[in-house]
Amino acid sequence: MLENILWPVVSLGIMSLVFGVGLALASKKFAVEIDPKVEEVRQVLPGANCGGCGFAGCDSYAEAVVAGEASAAACPPGGSDVMAKIADILGIPLDAQERNVASVMCAGPCTEENKKYQYHGIAGCRAVSMLSGGNKGCSYGCLGLGTCKNNCPFDAISISGDGIAVVNEDKCTGCGRCTEVCPRGIIQLVPASQGVRVLCSSKDRGKTVKEYCKVGCIGCQICVRACKFDAITFEDNLPKIDYDKCTGCMVCVEKCPTKSIHGDLSKRKTASIDQDGCIGCTVCIKACKFDAIEGERKQKHKVLEDKCVGCGLCAVKCPKDAITIQ
Amino acid sequence: MVATSVSKIFIILLSSILVNNFVMSRFLGICPFLGVSKKVETAVGMGAAVTFVMALASVITYAIQYAILEPLGIGYLQTIAFILVIATLVQFVEMVIQKSSPSLYQSLGVYLPLITTNCAVLGVAILNIQEQYTLLETLINGIGAALGFTLAIVLFAGIRERLETAPIPKSLKGFPIALITAGLMSIAFLGFQGLIK
Repeated sequence: MLENILWPVVSLGIMSLVFGVGLALASKKFAVEIDPKVEEVRQVLPGANCGGCGFAGCDSYAEAVVAGEASAAACPPGGSDVMAKIADILGIPLDAQERNVASVMCAGPCTEENKKYQYHGIAGCRAVSMLSGGNKGCSYGCLGLGTCKNNCPFDAISISGDGIAVVNEDKCTGCGRCTEVCPRGIIQLVPASQGVRVLCSSKDRGKTVKEYCKVGCIGCQICVRACKFDAITFEDNLPKIDYDKCTGCMVCVEKCPTKSIHGDLSKRKTASIDQDGCIGCTVCIKACKFDAIEGERKQKHKVLEDKCVGCGLCAVKCPKDAITIQ
Repeated sequence: MVATSVSKIFIILLSSILVNNFVMSRFLGICPFLGVSKKVETAVGMGAAVTFVMALASVITYAIQYAILEPLGIGYLQTIAFILVIATLVQFVEMVIQKSSPSLYQSLGVYLPLITTNCAVLGVAILNIQEQYTLLETLINGIGAALGFTLAIVLFAGIRERLETAPIPKSLKGFPIALITAGLMSIAFLGFQGLIK
C-alpha cells in the first residue's frame, strides 16, 4: 500500500529535481545578456503598460529610452519622479516638466427632460454617439456611459450622479488614453497646478445653449473682460484659457454667470507680506491690479485679504522678495 | 537488446517520414503546423527545434520507461513523466535558440513554448513504447517522425508563401485556403500508403 504511493512520488520527485537542476544550469550557461540599464529603467516605470509614451508597453519604452530613441520625459503616468530616476540611470540632465491631468470639459447635469430619447442600447459612449449624435440635448457634452472610465488604466475616472464623467486628479497620471477614446473629444489634458477649467464644450450660440443646459457657456464674454491678464480668448463660442498667462486668480470663476468656468475658490491663494522684509517701496501697490495692497511710502504695506486673489503679481515685482503667496 | 537489421531501420525511417507522417497521416502537431508555416525560414527553424526535441525526448522517455516506470510498476505515470521530459527539453531548446538566434526566437514566438504541449512529441514517445521498439529503433523513429514533421511544414510553408500572392477569393484568404491546402497535401501523402507492405 505504502509502496504504491511512495514510488510514484519519489520517482517523479527525483526526475523533476534532476530536470530542474539541469534547467537552472542551462539558464546560467545560455543566459542572454540584456543591457542592465533596460532592466533598471523597466523597474522604475509604473508598469501599467498604458501606452501613453507612444510605445507598445513599458518594456519597449524602456528599451527605446536606453537606445536613445525616446525621451526620458515621455512617460506621463510616471511624472517627474520617474523622469528623474530614468535620467539618473542614464546619466543625462533633465528639466522638470509640468504634470498634466485629464479634465472632462462638461459640467452636466443633463436632466431627463433635456434628453433627446431614451437609450437602452450597448452601454458605451461610442455606441450612443452614433445614434443621431447621442441622446443628450447637448450634442457636445459628456454622454456619461463611461467609455473613458473603462479605458482608464488608473481607475481615476468615475461617473457622477448627474451622469457626467469626473476625473480624480490625484489618481490621474495624464496618460491621455481617455482623451483618445472619448467620442466627443471633450477630455483635455490641462496643467495639474492650474485650478481654473472651462467646463463646457458646446460650440452652439448662447441662446441655443440656454435651451438645453443650465451650466453651459452662453457666450457672454464676461470672463474675457474680467481677466486682467489677457489669458482668456473666445473661440467657437467658448472661452479658451491660455495657461501660460493664467495666474489662477479665479476672477473669471467668480464672474461667470452660469458657472461654466470652474475653480475651487476655497483653494484660492492670498499674498502675505513679510513685515521684516518690507521696505515700503510701494512697488507692489502699483503692481496690484486689484487694489488689494495698501500702505504709505516708507511704511509697512498690508494685504487686504478680501480683495487679494492670489495672482502672484506682487510677489514677482517685490524687489525684496518679501511677499509670499499661499 | 535485440539486434536490429539495417532493413528494419530503413523501414522505420521511411514509414515515419512518409507513410505515417505525423502531420499528414496521424494529424498530430497541427497547431505549430498551421501557426509557424507562413515563412519557409521560420518553418525550417521550427522543424529543427522539433527534431531536436523529438530525438532527445524519444531516447530519454525510452530510458525512463524501461529504467524507472516499468521496474517500479508505475507505468500509469507514463504521460506525466513524458510531459515532464518534453517540457524540460523545450525549455532548454528555448534558451539555446534565444541565445543563438534572437530573430528566429522572435519569429517562432509563442509556438516555441507550445512544443511543450505538442502532441506529436508526446505521440512519438508513446508510440515508441507501444510498438515495443528497441533503443536504436526508438531513436530512428523519433528522428524520422521529426523529419516528417519538418518536411510537411516546410513544404506547406513554401505553398503558403505563394498563396500570399495568388488570386484567391476574398472569403478564402488566409486560414481557410491554408486548411484546404493542408487537406490536399494530406491526400497527396496518402499516395505513400502502399510503399511499405
